[in-house]
Amino acid sequence: MKRRSVLLVAAGPLVLLSAPAQAHLVTTGLGPVYDGVAHFALSLGDVLCVLAFALFAGLRGPRHGRWALFLLAAGWLAGGIFALPLPAPVVWGLTAAGLLLAGGLLAFDARPPVAATAALALGLGLLHGDVNGAGLSDEGVAPLGLLGIAATVFVFSASVMALTLPLRALWSRTAARVAGSWVTAVGLLQVGWLIHAGG
Amino acid sequence: MLKLSFLFLFAVALLTPGVADAHIVAGEAAGFLSGLAHPVSGLDHVIAMVAVGLWGASLGLPALWLLPVAFPVVMAFGGFLGLIGVPLPATELGIALSGVVLGAAVLTGARPPLWAALAVVAVFALFHGHAHGTELPPGQDGLLYSLGFVIATGSLHALGIGIGVLHRWNWGRRLVRLAGGGVLGGGLFFLWEALA
Repeated sequence: MKRRSVLLVAAGPLVLLSAPAQAHLVTTGLGPVYDGVAHFALSLGDVLCVLAFALFAGLRGPRHGRWALFLLAAGWLAGGIFALPLPAPVVWGLTAAGLLLAGGLLAFDARPPVAATAALALGLGLLHGDVNGAGLSDEGVAPLGLLGIAATVFVFSASVMALTLPLRALWSRTAARVAGSWVTAVGLLQVGWLIHAGG
Repeated sequence: MLKLSFLFLFAVALLTPGVADAHIVAGEAAGFLSGLAHPVSGLDHVIAMVAVGLWGASLGLPALWLLPVAFPVVMAFGGFLGLIGVPLPATELGIALSGVVLGAAVLTGARPPLWAALAVVAVFALFHGHAHGTELPPGQDGLLYSLGFVIATGSLHALGIGIGVLHRWNWGRRLVRLAGGGVLGGGLFFLWEALA
């Protein structure tokens, strides 16, 4: 009986303090954080770049993976915040550079020291964050949108690395490298498209 | 349980209707699917890319994966050259020759040093990529187009590798060589056309 009373007392405030039902998010969408999540998920260039770099870091082992995981997301956020007041950069060029770098590292099975992997993760994060930040400032969802992007980068790269770290079979590591060669090829074609369009 | 699965799939199908693309401008790169279709639209490209996989599988490791890794990258470099307007002479001849040389290599079971096999594949990839680069229509979404294009190329290699792994059995070896003969025949036909 006493327990039931305690539960009723606890439930009362919960009922009285219930949040208003927000069924009409037409104007705000799902909010800036989720806008950021969606922005990353729909930016194929960003997704491919993170995928390739996470595969690369995962294949290099846990030490590389740990540094890459935190610095990629942190760099993304820092680059975004830095670029918020800047005008929009040339997205395609920078995206292509990231694709070339991440895909090339994976395809050629590069074996840099841990410090270099960390620096590359930070650089890639800053580069893409810069692009995102400059773009998002016009859409009015920054800086929470940037937080959503950085969190998604973290979760996505962590998931890919977690799947890649245990890979030992030659075929599976080779499949990852083939994916890297595809990303490199896409990056190269992107650069071509960019120059073609500019000319 | 099966009925439930069907109901679920039906519900998913109902909830994810396709977009009606009633106004695609003719000749325009319409993204991923256009890119995916482009490499398989020409048989001269198809036989050469399948032959790369066949030859790689016949040569065994590490050529099995090195050739299909090298081909897309060099092909994309050729595409890049084509896109920025750098000319490459006798492109059609080079493409036709790729079918002849790669087909002959599979047919005869040629086993050159790895670097030589890589060089052969890279040179021909350049021709194929350049042709694609100069033929690419102005796209609405270059990234999606490029991705579809590269995936189609890789899938053709995978098809060749899939057939090529039969090489470990005697009957399979004959089948792989027969496929090489087919590629050679196709290459000779396209060579004839290129020279005519």
